[in-house]
Amino acid sequence: MRHDVFISGYGGQGVLLAGNLLSYAAIHQGMNVSFFPSYGVEKRGGSAMCTIVFSHDETGSPVVGHPSVSILLNQLSFDKYADKVRQGGLCIVNSSLVITGDRELPGIELVQVPMNQLAIDLGDARMVNMVACGAYTARVSALPRQSLDEALKKALPERNHRLIPANIMAIQAGADAAQR
Amino acid sequence: MKQVFTRTPSLKDVQTHFCPGCHHGGIHRLVAEALDEFGLRERTIGCASVGCSVFLYGYFDVDVVESPHGRAPAVATGVKRARPDRIVFTYQGDGDLAAIGTSEIIHAANRGEDITVIFVNNTTYGMTGGQMAPTTMPGQKTSTSPLGRSIKNDGAPFKMAELLSNLDGVTFSARVALNNPRNVLQAKKLIKTAFQYQVEGKGFSFIEALAACPTNWGMQPLSANERIGSEMIPYFPLGICKNTHNL
Amino acid sequence: MSEKIFVKGNEAVAMAAIEAGVRCYFGYPITPQSDIPEYLSRELPKTGGTFIQVESEIGAINMVLGASAAGVRAMTSSSGPGISLKQEGISYMAGSELPGVIVDIMRQGPGLGGIDASQADYFQATRGGGHGGYRIIVLAPDSVQEMYDLTMLAFDLSDIYRMPAMVLADSVIGQMKESIVANSRPETPLPVKDWAVRGRAEGADQNVVKSLKLGDGEMEAFHWAMHARYQELADKESRWEEYQTADAEMIVTAFGSTARIARTAIEGARAEGMKVGLLRPITLFPFPKQAYTALSARCKRFLDIELSTGQMIDDVRLSVARDTDVAFYGRPPGAGSLPTPEELLEQIRKIY
Repeated sequence: MRHDVFISGYGGQGVLLAGNLLSYAAIHQGMNVSFFPSYGVEKRGGSAMCTIVFSHDETGSPVVGHPSVSILLNQLSFDKYADKVRQGGLCIVNSSLVITGDRELPGIELVQVPMNQLAIDLGDARMVNMVACGAYTARVSALPRQSLDEALKKALPERNHRLIPANIMAIQAGADAAQR
Repeated sequence: MKQVFTRTPSLKDVQTHFCPGCHHGGIHRLVAEALDEFGLRERTIGCASVGCSVFLYGYFDVDVVESPHGRAPAVATGVKRARPDRIVFTYQGDGDLAAIGTSEIIHAANRGEDITVIFVNNTTYGMTGGQMAPTTMPGQKTSTSPLGRSIKNDGAPFKMAELLSNLDGVTFSARVALNNPRNVLQAKKLIKTAFQYQVEGKGFSFIEALAACPTNWGMQPLSANERIGSEMIPYFPLGICKNTHNL
Repeated sequence: MSEKIFVKGNEAVAMAAIEAGVRCYFGYPITPQSDIPEYLSRELPKTGGTFIQVESEIGAINMVLGASAAGVRAMTSSSGPGISLKQEGISYMAGSELPGVIVDIMRQGPGLGGIDASQADYFQATRGGGHGGYRIIVLAPDSVQEMYDLTMLAFDLSDIYRMPAMVLADSVIGQMKESIVANSRPETPLPVKDWAVRGRAEGADQNVVKSLKLGDGEMEAFHWAMHARYQELADKESRWEEYQTADAEMIVTAFGSTARIARTAIEGARAEGMKVGLLRPITLFPFPKQAYTALSARCKRFLDIELSTGQMIDDVRLSVARDTDVAFYGRPPGAGSLPTPEELLEQIRKIY
């Protein structure tokens, strides 16, 4: 089975790190992975997005038109990409920054997680991306939450390994909030 | 009969294509003598440029790589970095080095590449037929400055030896001329010094040689020689611009 | 076999270059390939190699020319605007029969264009790019593993055939991360570079590396010799991949990132019962004509897909049997114009 997930937000929200983390988790599960980032020309504040495809078989196209799961971290991403999610798929949104309003997304399950709030509660707003990854693992059984623990060691540079315990807490918080 | 003059081994036993009265042949000889006096021929690689100097490989009996117009200092950088134990020199004219190749010469000099650059300034594009060069004198008539070089329109001539001596990467920069025996002897001495810097691994050395181009100047060889003394040297003063180690 | 590593396509290029024994890298920063100089600035000096961030793309390619003339493996990398500037040096290298590897991570153009993926530099790459009627070897990876493997192949082919070789990819393949095996350098027999400038001490004769050819008939002879070499390349080194072509009633053809997307579209087509296959050229020069000729002998419907208004299609049409229908679907490069597998499947349905 082939899984894909699309993550989008502002540059600086840690979109690419989140994508890397899920990639390493999938590798840890023995799967093939393609991680395809794209971002604006700005180093900060532009838009950042990435698509991760993982499978025990070939990953095929790194570009996905209708992802089975999208993680949308800001309003712009929600407005632009929410309805691109495949029918029967999952749209995980950062409800701290996204007002879903009366937007109808037929055939798509909306999972709202107050990611900024959860990250701030844990002491660091920058952990939004970790909360997001936790939420993903709560809903996609191919990547168990524990697979992220090992993945953190690979995704974070050595100098940031001291932050791993805090990141695991943020991942757990995201997972708890996204539980059905 | 006593032999008083011999060909220096780094020069081939061939006739050059240079016009009567041209100074390229003399500069070739001084460079070749410097190589031979240091015993460098076996480990020297020359970087030819575009223009009258392109036939370097035809006259020098050393390995030669031809460079695109103006790029010899970049090519020489590649050669030297690939083979740091070799002696690498470029031989470039004024259109080549001071116009289309300004970027390459300035950055090679600034990096302090361990190479020797021989720059021949004859105030004109020789091979292409006497067009205005970046070193053409104010008021000098050429095929593309028929009314004479205008400072207002074209800027003033480049003084490369002085310009490069301002860069920290340059260890030795000097200007020489071959218009009379005294200057030839001085040129020989300074060209040797330039190569000595490279032999000792002390960095970038630069020689600007003022040269006659009688054909494109529309002059007889002797009057072309005289022009170097009367017009060029007052504008392009001879001597050492920079010498960091007093070799 | 070593453990799998998860790296960017650009990093895979840099790693492969070191494994291939590159001694000199000369380059200039430009998006989306800057990971290559960044990696090599860190890692190449550790192997005793030279890394220079050059003042210009022109300087960089000419340093490659110099280092290659001196007989060592040398490379540069860039993207559209920089590759245009390098054409002078590439032409001189071709004229001087010098090897050397150029990596082109294509971005949009013309002009400054943009940084998203493009395949609009196919003509520039496969037609030589500079003046004088020469060609260079062009390899088109479609995965991070191929970025690694084809970079090493580029060095070998370049040395064997004494001409510049280009690895032609785009920001999808360059920026994408995948798990790869960092294979050891293959033991390809390579010719001795007895033509290199190295000082007379190592050779009795003077070696001259040059592109100036003024003798009567000298240049004509050179061109015919190169023509013969290109033919030899086509016969011996053409590479391609076929996927699901055995029973195909329609062939999709695409290279690099587009082929990768098309492959998933073909899976979709097969799931719907359409017998569609993929022909992916891996060498763009030499273009694998033989594969097109063979497949079009029995399959008469081709769909060429490119991130441009159509360039490779010229080579496709010249290579297929005369009675073959070659349709085209192009997405000229630009932000948001990268086609999805779903969109390509729609095109397949239309043509099938």
